Amino acid sequence: MTVLEQPGSSRHTSALPGPPPDWRPRVDPAPLLPDAEPYRLLGTDAARGLDAGLLKRLYAELVRGRRYNTQATALTRQGRLAVYPSSTGQEACQVAAALALEDRDWLFPSYRDTLAAVARGLDPVQALTLLRGDWHTGYDPHEHRIAPLCTPLATQLPHAVGLAHAARLKGDDVVALALVGDGGTSEGDFHEALNFAAVWQAPVVFLVQNNGFAISVPLAKQTAAPSLAHKAVGYGMPGRLVDGNDTPALHEVLTEAVRRARRGGGPTLIEAVTYRIEAHTNADDATRYRTDAEVETWRAHDPIALMERELTARGLLTDEFAAATRDGAERLAADLRERMNQDPVLDPMDLFTHVYAQKTSQLRDQAAQLRAELDAEQLPAQEARP
Amino acid sequence: MTTTAAAAARKPATMAQALTRALHDAMAEDPSVHLMGEDVGTLGGVFRVTDGLAKEFGEDRCSDTPLAEAGILGTAVGMAMYGLRPVVEMQFDAFAYPAFEQLISHVSRMRNRTRGALAMPLTIRIPYGGGIGGVEHHSDSSEAYYLATPGLQIVTPATVADAYGLLRAAIASDDPVVFLEPKRLYWSKDDWSPDAPAQVAPIGRAEIRRRGTTATLITYGPSLPVCLEAAEAARAEGWDLEVLDLRSLMPFDDETVCASVRRTGRAVVVHESAGFGGPGGEIAARITERCFHHLEAPVLRVAGFDIPYPPPMLERHHLPGVDRILDTVARLQWESDWTEGRGE
Ligand SMILES: Cc1ncc(C[n+]2csc(CCOP(=O)(O)OP(=O)(O)O)c2C)c(N)n1
Repeated sequence: MTVLEQPGSSRHTSALPGPPPDWRPRVDPAPLLPDAEPYRLLGTDAARGLDAGLLKRLYAELVRGRRYNTQATALTRQGRLAVYPSSTGQEACQVAAALALEDRDWLFPSYRDTLAAVARGLDPVQALTLLRGDWHTGYDPHEHRIAPLCTPLATQLPHAVGLAHAARLKGDDVVALALVGDGGTSEGDFHEALNFAAVWQAPVVFLVQNNGFAISVPLAKQTAAPSLAHKAVGYGMPGRLVDGNDTPALHEVLTEAVRRARRGGGPTLIEAVTYRIEAHTNADDATRYRTDAEVETWRAHDPIALMERELTARGLLTDEFAAATRDGAERLAADLRERMNQDPVLDPMDLFTHVYAQKTSQLRDQAAQLRAELDAEQLPAQEARP
Repeated sequence: MTTTAAAAARKPATMAQALTRALHDAMAEDPSVHLMGEDVGTLGGVFRVTDGLAKEFGEDRCSDTPLAEAGILGTAVGMAMYGLRPVVEMQFDAFAYPAFEQLISHVSRMRNRTRGALAMPLTIRIPYGGGIGGVEHHSDSSEAYYLATPGLQIVTPATVADAYGLLRAAIASDDPVVFLEPKRLYWSKDDWSPDAPAQVAPIGRAEIRRRGTTATLITYGPSLPVCLEAAEAARAEGWDLEVLDLRSLMPFDDETVCASVRRTGRAVVVHESAGFGGPGGEIAARITERCFHHLEAPVLRVAGFDIPYPPPMLERHHLPGVDRILDTVARLQWESDWTEGRGE
């Protein structure tokens, strides 16, 4: 047996001088390691003690979220959205992430996380601007403290760390929560962000939505780590594994991680085990890389169905509450349908407005050129404005 | 007076000291200015540009980061989102490449993608260029990569006064600046003194460093002293060369460049980075588009060869020197040859 196969051989004592004690491992990794089983609340005895108001709120957000997802997907079929990466099946992650934060905190979403932004209070139409294609970011990030939806994978993670670090330097107790997919954890920026966060003890929470696939590539081809949450120990932060379809469990873990970060306890890596029910986007063909049987297994573990069982068991899912929830979701969908069916009003001259604080002479020339082209088309951009 | 300021007050100051002084003054005036990078704290940077600043302003404001360029720039983006003005140091030109993703995907376009709601008032200091005998990956001229990215400002000082003035302007700018420091000029001195009133140099304006009538040498950063030397040597040939220092590659000062070329009728662009795909091609094209009827000869380029940066013992053959510049200027004189197609 070699020394690699037999850890523990260090228990031999040596009479020769060794490395100074300071240079040995500084932290016991055990408390940083995730449990082998994802943390769950629904269906357990502990669920009985959950606050009824919170359960109902989470449920209503899930139902709204599901309706939002189906409506946005429908809008792609009508050509109203260029693309939509659906979070159907992952609503628990989206909702829990949004609700775990205080107003002053920041959310750093990826392209799949429009629902988290909407659950945080962002106007659904503004959340879809990127995906409709009228501008890259349809909202002022400061208004709801939501960073722009990020398309290059994992690049939003160092931003979250930097913002949280800056807030702490300024003496504000602001926390940043960053969302990333399982595929995104392979990117260098994931590593650099976690490393910076741990070294700086920045108030950041990283939530990995492990939905099993990066487009078509399954987790087993993405990483050989025991779990994504295990990656945390290498950075010196706790990693926690949660059932990503168990909304109250996720909400509890996220809320606790946010509280810990706010108190100066440093970052946490949370892996939510979930599943993407729809294809990667409306442009993807999921039948090429997974079976219907697999999808059906996950439908049985649907976050909304899980909540309904719990609410029913506790007598909270009254006809009245169910109807009100459904109505709220339908109103959201109707509003979205109506407003997305209006053509956006675009001003081509905006192309030059926000490249630099002041236009360069080159951009002034190019703006004049476009202006002339528009005039020649007899489509004055000014008049297109209402 | 602090050690830093005392050192800088010795006359005349080096470019590195002027940069230190600019960082110092910016930090003293504006508490939102934060320096970060590899070894910038205790050590003061490998070129000592941040010397003494951690001591004076604390490690929160001049901080050693983990060794990760994407992480440095990516976290600086978040810091800028929260109202700070980060100034990051990339240790050497070729080590900035891991940060390209952040630079191109986020830093350069954050203002644009958010319709002006999020500005990126950050400065990326990058020691660049050759001539210091550096081993591989320590001498790249990477300006063409940055130049290809709308949304960035690209600034490079060639004088000690500009090192101070342009860095102050870069830090004060509400848009991101790639601030290229010609490392071979770090130890150069001119008559700039830190005791003189602090002058901020506006970004986007070129400067005529030497008036002349025969032709314009258009250059920037490390090649400016070479061009000035060439212009002096050219007097022996009876040529009176104008030398124009761009100072800022973006925004580009078409006005000053074109006015000069219209006066002299001839132009040579001089830079260290490779000629093919380099800034010289863009500059020559602009001049041709705007000054064609004033030109007596094609715009020529003197650039580094189109090779990966050579090993230090060969770099003097690669870098544009006085002779190569003068040979090129000589080619401008044979006007008739151009029209007869025998120019090359
Ligand atoms: C840097 C980068 N490389 C590639 C892509 C193209 N791409 C978009 S989504 C995706 C898969 C991402 O998978 P994952 O991180 O698991 O997130 P999910 O889509 O499942 O939410 C890929 C490869 C990208 N957006 N960014």
